[in-house]
Formats: sequence, C-alpha cells, structure tokens
Amino acid sequence: MRFSRSVSGWMMAGLLVFSLACGGGEDAGEVADAPEMEEAVVTVDPAKAATITGKVKLEGDPPRMPTINMSAEPDCRGLHEAAPPAEVVVAPDGMLQNVFVWVKSGLEGKFAVSDTPAMLDQKGCIYSPHVLAVQTGQMLKISNSDPTTHNVHPLPKTNREWNRSQPAEGSDIEYKFPRQEIMIAVKCNIHPWMRSYISVVNHPFFAVSGADGSFEIKGLPAGSYTVEAVHERFGSQEMSVTLGDAESKDIEFSYNAS
Amino acid sequence: MSSATTQADREYPATRGLHLFAVFTAGATFLLIVAGALVTSRDAGLSVPDWPLSYGRLMPEMIGGVFYEHGHRMIAAFVGFLTIILAVWTWRADQRRWVRHLGWSALAAVIAQGLLGGLTVLFLLPTAVSVSHACLAQLFFSITVVLGLVTSRTWCEQGRRLAAPWPPSRPSLPVLCVTTNFVTFGQLLLGAALRHKGLGIIFHLIGAAAVAAMVFWVLARVAREHSGDAGIFSWALALNGLVMLQLLLGAGAYWIREVTRHAVQPLWPMVVITVGHVALGALILALGVVLTFQVHHRFGRQTSSSFEPEGVPATT
Repeated sequence: MRFSRSVSGWMMAGLLVFSLACGGGEDAGEVADAPEMEEAVVTVDPAKAATITGKVKLEGDPPRMPTINMSAEPDCRGLHEAAPPAEVVVAPDGMLQNVFVWVKSGLEGKFAVSDTPAMLDQKGCIYSPHVLAVQTGQMLKISNSDPTTHNVHPLPKTNREWNRSQPAEGSDIEYKFPRQEIMIAVKCNIHPWMRSYISVVNHPFFAVSGADGSFEIKGLPAGSYTVEAVHERFGSQEMSVTLGDAESKDIEFSYNAS
Repeated sequence: MSSATTQADREYPATRGLHLFAVFTAGATFLLIVAGALVTSRDAGLSVPDWPLSYGRLMPEMIGGVFYEHGHRMIAAFVGFLTIILAVWTWRADQRRWVRHLGWSALAAVIAQGLLGGLTVLFLLPTAVSVSHACLAQLFFSITVVLGLVTSRTWCEQGRRLAAPWPPSRPSLPVLCVTTNFVTFGQLLLGAALRHKGLGIIFHLIGAAAVAAMVFWVLARVAREHSGDAGIFSWALALNGLVMLQLLLGAGAYWIREVTRHAVQPLWPMVVITVGHVALGALILALGVVLTFQVHHRFGRQTSSSFEPEGVPATT
C-alpha cells in the first residue's frame, strides 16, 4: 500500500534529518595531555609565599538530606544502613564542607604540575572524597575498594566525556584531564546515588573545605586575586584578595541555605 | 469443512495464527518501550559501557543500573527475534503485498533500532542518537500494532462491509488523521529531545497544544459527519481521552522532576510518572495510526489513490 509506505518513509526521513541537524560536536579523539607551552615555570620563593586561609559558612537551616537507598546493591547496603548524601554537609556550628575554593584570576604564568597523583576511591558505593581538585595534566587515580563493579563516568563540558567500568577491587583507572574545568560531575550509572565532583585547574592554588568548613591555599606569589568558592548546591561566590609578600589573609564565604 | 467456511477463509488474506503473533509482538514491543523508558528514568543508560555484549558477557551480574540496561537489551533481543519471525511469517502467509512490505519494514526498523541503541551507548548518549532511538521505538511499535490490526479477520471483513464514499469536507477526515499522526510524531520527537536534554520545555508545550487541538478536531469532525460509525467514533473518543490523560501525566512529570531535582537518586514516583508519560505517548501514536487506518479502510477504496489492499476483493 502506497499510503503506509509513504508514511513510514516520511517518518524515517524526519528522523534522519533530525539526527543530522543535531549531530556532531562529540569529541571522539583520544585523551591527550595538555599541550606543552613553551612558557617558563613560575617558582615562588618560599620565604615570600603568601597564604589565604578561610572558612565557608552556611547561614540558615540546612536542607534536610534524605538517606540513600542502597537496596539495589546488597554489597553496599550492609556498609551504610542509612547513609546520607555528601551534597550538603554542615558542621554543628554551620560550617560547610565540600566547597571548592580556588584562585580564579590574577595569576600569571605557568606553574609546575604536582607529581603526586590525586586519589579518588569508591568505598561502600560512595566516592571518597566527594569533592576533589587536580591540576591540568596531574595524574588522577581512581580506585575501587568495593566488592562490586562500578562504572566511572565523568560528565565534563570542555574536557572529553568518558565511561569506564571498574570491576570489584580491580586495578586503578589513571587519567589526566587536559583542560581547566570546574566541578566536573562524576557518576556511576550502576549506582545512581554515587556522585562526586572534580575540578581541574591550571595552577596549584586551590582547596576544598574540610569538615570544619576551613580551607587553606598556600604558596601564592604576592598579587591581587579573585578567589571563588563553588558549592554543588549553593553555587559560586567571588571575593577579591590582595596579598603582599609572605602575607596571610583570612577570608570567609557565607552561603544562605534558603 | 463447510463451503461457507472455505469461502470465508479464502477471503481472509492472512491467518489467525499470524494475527495473534503480530498482536503478541506488539505487546512485547510495548513492554520494550516501558523497559527503555525505565533505563532513561533510572539514569542507567551507561551502566553497561560496552555493546553488543554487556561487560564482555551475554549475562552480566544484574546489579543496580545493570538490571535496567541489560534487562532492556534482553527484551530488545527477544523482540528482535519475534520481529524476524513476524516478517518471515507475514511474507509467507499474507496475500497482500503491502502487508508483506510492512512486515519487512518492521524488521528493518528493529535492526536500525538495535544499532541506534548500541551507538548511543558507545558514544555516551549523544542527544541526536538517543532521540532517534526513542522516536524509532515509537514508530516501530506503531508498525507492529498496524500489523496486528490488518491481519485480523475483523479488519478484512469490515473493509468489505463498511466501504463508504470519500467524505466531502476539506480537509477530509483521512487527511486530518494523517496530519494528526505527523503532529503526534513531531511531539514525540520534541518530548524525546526534552528528555535527552536537547531542547527546552517550551517546544514540548507547544507540541502538546498542537496534538490536543488536532485530536479534538478529528473528534469534532467524526462527531459531525460520522457519528453513526461507532467504530471510528469510539477510536476518536479513546484517542482524545488518552491525550487528556497524557496532558495530566506530562504536567505531573514536569512537576515531579522539579520537586525531586535535588534528589540523590531517581525516586520511584518520578520514575513511574515519567515512564508512564513515555508509554502513553507510544499508545497515543499507535492509536492515532490505528484510527487513520480504520478511516482509510472505510473511505480509501472510493478513490483510485492508494489505499486499496492487494488481494482483498473490493465489494461495492
């Protein structure tokens, strides 16, 4: 029947046109290290190195965090009967954990990449740490301490997206992010509650607030900087800081829970 | 065997077994659409990073998201197997060329659908591929439903009994029905694009209004000109009912997505509503296509244009 054939034909053609219209844009290339620049590495005299210390506070009542339902994974359920997500972790005095703090602007030149690998572990079907930062080109090692399989799936916007399975207590995944990108979500599609954030920065001046909401960025050259704090739920804040040689300044970021 | 039975069998261009098998395939395909929607709603699309095998095996450990993704693959393989049988059986058992072509179309669609499913996994859910996968699923389901419809004895007998003059109104009811199907398919495409983060909600809302307007137009036309035809009227009424329900489900899906946007994992109320919205979308398209075929079945034979099924003698 010509009618039915023409209907299916038009629908197929529509799908094809839509695919072509929306296609492209995927970076299918191999992961490459950050392109080497011929710029001299900046060294900071330890005697002149400045420091930014500070705390991140959450004003108001923190949102109530539900417990994670791990019933889909018997191997992990026993480890956390009522695990809360690490999205909003607040100390009794209102200090906020897991806030990424970095020098957003004001730095010039290229800085040496740390030889020490950054570590991200999967333990009890939870990422540890929840928020992590690395330098561009710094080795990131992802381990699986669980007796079950995970898949590691970062969702970057400017780096290349990838998805790798990691069997129970399998060998580490090693990866170097080539481009600066803040708060790349990392998830496991097998266990949908698993989520962490990795920030990739072109320099070593960053920190993540601890359980008491404190952070420290040290080894900075003197200068005027914009410091940014980024929280996955509460967004970002910026602050201008001017540092002299060997100076230490204490700053505080404050988020509103409402 | 009586001579009357022999005559009826001779005029039935398919077989009852083929009809039942086509209906079973359509049912399995609907289950497959539900399973696919579950994969998306449970955010399990990439829980199995490889394809066509799952973790290099035919049967991985069914934990967490793997249960949904590999379960979807297993049902898809089953439906693919059914479709091969359906295409071959239709080719062997049905006398009408266009129905045989429809059987092969179903097979081509299910193969393309499997490839799109694999590509979307291997390329990490690119929007265009995921949307195409979602839309082809709806199209394939409609094909299987039509195969179930046109292989039924009722369809063949109705065609001879209910032939009517081509309706004079412009646009005619058959044209209106075809247009409604295109609008519905476009809306499914917009919905899939929204679900896979390719487009915003506004386009889907406009599409919803367009579909609602079209199905109401069809119902109004049927009520005005063909109210005596209980077959067509009940299909048009059912289509409007489903679209109304779909509007409610759509609003519910949007609302629950909003209120659970900070949830640490997909919550079952959200999963149930969004999967229901996808499944009902498939049913609406299929019902619209069924109505279109029913309408053309009544009026198509009055023209020389197209809808005459080969192998079925026209009785006027």
